[in-house]
Order: sequence, then C-alpha cells, then structure tokens
Amino acid sequence: MSDLIPMLVAKYNYWLYIVLMMIGLYAMIAKNNLIKKLVGMNIFQTSIILFYVSIGCKKGAGIPIIQHGLNTGHHAVDLSQYVNPLPHVLMLTAIVVSVSTFGVALALAIKIYQKYKTLEEDEILARLRPR
Amino acid sequence: MNEHYPALLIISPLLMAFLVSGMAWIRKGICYPLAVVGSGLCAWFSVRLLADVLKNGTVQYRLGGWEAPWGIGYHVDSLNGMVLVVVSVLAFINLVATRRGVAAEFPEKEGAFYTLYLLFIVGLVGMVVTGDLFNLYVLLEVASLTSYALIALGKARAPLASLNYLFMGTIGGCFYLLGVGYLYIMTGSLNMADVASLLPDIYQSSAVWVAFIFCLVGVGVKMAFFPLHVWLPNAYTWAPSAVSSLIAPLMTKVMVYVMIRLMLSVFSLDFTFAVLKLANPMVWLSTLAIVMGASLALAQKNLKRMFCYIVISEIGYMVGGAWLGNAAGLTGAILHILNDALMTITLFLAAGNIYYRINGLELHQLQGLFHRMPLTMACFVTAGLSVIGVPPTCGFFSKWYLITGALQAGQYGFVAALLFSSLVNVILFFRVIEISYYGGMQHAHGHGSPPEPRTEAPATMLTPLLIVSVGLVTIGMYTGTIVTTLIDPVIPAALLR
Repeated sequence: MSDLIPMLVAKYNYWLYIVLMMIGLYAMIAKNNLIKKLVGMNIFQTSIILFYVSIGCKKGAGIPIIQHGLNTGHHAVDLSQYVNPLPHVLMLTAIVVSVSTFGVALALAIKIYQKYKTLEEDEILARLRPR
Repeated sequence: MNEHYPALLIISPLLMAFLVSGMAWIRKGICYPLAVVGSGLCAWFSVRLLADVLKNGTVQYRLGGWEAPWGIGYHVDSLNGMVLVVVSVLAFINLVATRRGVAAEFPEKEGAFYTLYLLFIVGLVGMVVTGDLFNLYVLLEVASLTSYALIALGKARAPLASLNYLFMGTIGGCFYLLGVGYLYIMTGSLNMADVASLLPDIYQSSAVWVAFIFCLVGVGVKMAFFPLHVWLPNAYTWAPSAVSSLIAPLMTKVMVYVMIRLMLSVFSLDFTFAVLKLANPMVWLSTLAIVMGASLALAQKNLKRMFCYIVISEIGYMVGGAWLGNAAGLTGAILHILNDALMTITLFLAAGNIYYRINGLELHQLQGLFHRMPLTMACFVTAGLSVIGVPPTCGFFSKWYLITGALQAGQYGFVAALLFSSLVNVILFFRVIEISYYGGMQHAHGHGSPPEPRTEAPATMLTPLLIVSVGLVTIGMYTGTIVTTLIDPVIPAALLR
C-alpha cells in the first residue's frame, strides 16, 4: 500500500488516461442511446490524445521555440529546456481523424434516426426483429 | 519518373478524388472516367514498381527528401510490391465491373461514390507502401472512414451496420495508436526500420510486450479475426454490391499484410516467437476462427452473408499460417493473401451480377440460375472450387503450404481445422450449386411452362468476372514462379534453416 500511492502520484498522467479510456469504453458498451455511445467513443479517443500529449512533457521545460535562433551562429540546444513537440504534432493529425470519425458517425446517426425515428438501440432492434 | 513511383501511385488517385468531388457538381458523366483514370494510373504505377523491385531490389523512397528516421519513408520490397499490385489491380477491375450496378443502385450519388472509392484506394495503397508506424495509422483511418461511408450507401440496415463497424473499427484504430505510443516512448522513433534496430536491447521490457499486444489487438479488430469479427457479416452483407466486392477482398487482406509486416519488420522474429510466447495461443485462436467461421457459414440463408463467414474463416488461415513460425506456414499465409483476395472478389462479383439480375440473394431465390446466367455461375463454381481447394485453382496451393507448415510445426489441431473447413466449403458450395442447377427444374416441369430465358449479366460486368476467374487458375498454375520470385526473398533467413 505504501508503494502504491507514490506510484499513482508519480505516473498520474497514465492513470488518468486509463480511467478516461475505461469511462469511454463503458459508455460504448453499456449505454443504450447511440449518441451517448458516440460521446463515449469520443472520450475514448481523447484519452489516447491526452496520453500522447503527456508523454512529450518535461519538468521545467518551455515551448519548443529557440529564442533568437536566427543569425546567432551555432549554439548547443539544451534539450531539457524544451518539451518534445513531436507527440503534439502527431496528435494534431489524430484530432483530425477523431473529428472526422465523429462527423461520419453523426451523419450515420441522422440516417438511422430518419429510418427508425429513434436513437435508442433496443427500440431499433425491437423494430428489426419481426422481419 | 521511375524513382517517384511510390509517391505517384498514391498521388494519382488522391488528386482524382478531389477532381471527381468537384466535377460532380458540374458534370455527373465525367466522374466515372476520372475515377477510371485515377485507379488505372495507380494500378499501372504499382505494376511498374513491382517490376522495378524485382529488377533492382528493395525501393526506398523519402518523401520531401527528408532522411529516414525523421521524415516519412516509403519502403517497398517484393512482399508489399505484390500486395500493392493485388490491391490496385483488383480495385481497378472492380471499378470497371460495377459501373452498371452503381448506375442502377444509386444514380444520384455517383460523385460521392467515386470520390470515396478513390480515397479508399489511397488509404489501402498508402498502408501497404508506408515505412512509418504513425503514417500507417493515419492511412488506416482514411481507409476505414471511407469504408464506413461506402457501406452506409446501402439499403435497409446498412447505416446501422456501418455505425456498428465504426464503433468497433475506432476501438481497433485506437488500440493500434496506443501500441505505437508505447513503442514511441520506448524507442523515440516511428520509422519501422529504425524502431526495429532500436528494439533488440529492450526486448525484455514489459512496455514493448504491451505495445505489441495493443497493435495486434487493433489490427485484429480491423481484420475481423475471430472473437473480434462481429461487425463484419452485417457490414459486408448490407453494403451495396459494388462496395462489398471492393472492401471484402481488400481491407481484411491488407490488415493481414500489416500484421505480417509488424511481425517481420518491426518486432523481429526473435521477439515474436522466442521472447513473446504467443505462437501457440494465436494458432489455437486461428483454429477456432476457422472452425467457427465455417460452422456459422453453414447456418446462413443469404449468399453474401455466407461469403462473409467464409472470409472470417479464411482470415483464420492467414493468421494461423503466419504464426506457425516456419517458412512453409509464412509462405502459405502470404500466398493466401493473393489467392484469397482473388477468390473473394470473384465470389462477390458473381453475387453482384446475380443481384443485378434477380434483385435478391436469398438461397431459395437462386433456383434455375444455371440456365439463366451460365457464365456467371461458371465463374462462381471456379471460385467455389478454389475456396474448397481443388488442385488446378490457386486455393489448393496456399492450403498445401499451410498444411505442410502446420505439420512441420506439429500443430495437428490447425491441420484438422483446415481439413474441416474444406469439407464444410464443399457442402456450402454444392448446396448453392444444387439449388441453382436443379432447383428450377421440378418447378418448370410441374407447371409445364417453358424454362426461363437466358438473362446473362451485361458484358461490362461479365468480362471482369471472367478475367478474375481465369486469374484464379492462372495464378494457381504459376504458383511456383510466384513463390520463388516474390515470397522467398522476404522469408527471413532464420526460418529457412
């Protein structure tokens, strides 16, 4: 038990992403409304984005822009002064992917609503069963 | 120009996709020719690229001239050169074959359809050529997003099936992304070759193990590997026939390729087989996939749905073959990517032709089809024989390699599953043949009415179908050449001992 709390505190970002991910997964599995499922899916994706963003972080580091970088000759860049920008850039792409997935999913939800006049999954399934 | 083939074969369909979506507002009629140009160029470049690879060895392409670990690199050897040709050529054939069906099923949405079609090709082709783990994720999502939209073009339950596919597919994609994140934490690199060179020192790290498992689960969802397959039958059954004959042969096969690429080129064989003791459970899971896929196929009353379960059991063949851990099994798995893509497209194109004429694919509706559509049914029988594994067709040879590999590895359960599914396939196809050959006769005799006239599918739909079914036999006859020139160079030396 005494080991657990320091471990939780030291790596809280990982625990946070796992908790968020499980909330999203729970919503996708357990919720009956399709829009709630979609929101769960979005939470799931966001948790992974947060995970990536947090791994680029360093204690005491600033934004990765070299001050007076131009025309000052070659000076050594102290890597501990800057956060790693690559995971953040990757996540820009992942955000685009997640937004477009959400858009496609909402369009599908509209089509489903037009067809069945409901977004509750059990009602839709009940309507499909007799055939 | 030669050295730019890897980029050109992605750019040409991508540019055409934008042109098509713009032109759809101005002139509908021009969409299809533009799509043919985009897809045709892609196929042409990929064939030229494969020829180049065979002559000069592996092609490395640096996008924008950035050196390997920093920029995105494309990496083409004979393995993905082959998959590339399969994907782009079959997509082109399907584009030509389904022209009439598309015009009949959704005439007002042609612009959207051809745009999505081209973007889907971009996603698949990109996934195959790329040498970068994150780039692969993005292109995977491009292919998946377009396939959700394409499936939703169908009638009846298609939007619901597509939304379920979207939920499952997104979870799969996210797991893959998470796996890549773990790898990035451990190695600080996203380039496949670079990661592979950095990994050996940290094979014992549990983070690397978790990364591999996450990637495997993600890819497993996308390829519909047995316990994760639930989205596939509904999505592919309700999709329009032009879409299911595009997605069913290509998407799952490309995902199998991605799995093999991860196993061979990112996590090397030492890790996948020696450090991580997953080979046995994976082969058993594939055994289960084959048996369950075959058994569920028996229960289906709809032709397309039956094909979907056959696809699921074929995925088991390929995954199992790759995890057998010997040269014969891996050869069988890679060869089966090619063969299964051809068989599946023949089956689904035949189903598309039948649907075009009789507007339904329930088994009882197929009565008397041999008299009405003899050529289509002949192609269907060829594909059926290939799925069963009858010698001159290509299905026999990959199955032979798989069984040889399984016997060498001592996986008798896998051998039994392969034989079981072959027997079930015999039942499946001969049931269809019985209904469609003899089914109409009693009916005609009882009523004394003349037999129904021949209503063969139009020539534009029939010719591509004939080409792919001739391909089934041709590929079968040239199996030896294909294995020695294309597959043997990529089998790792460690397996050949």
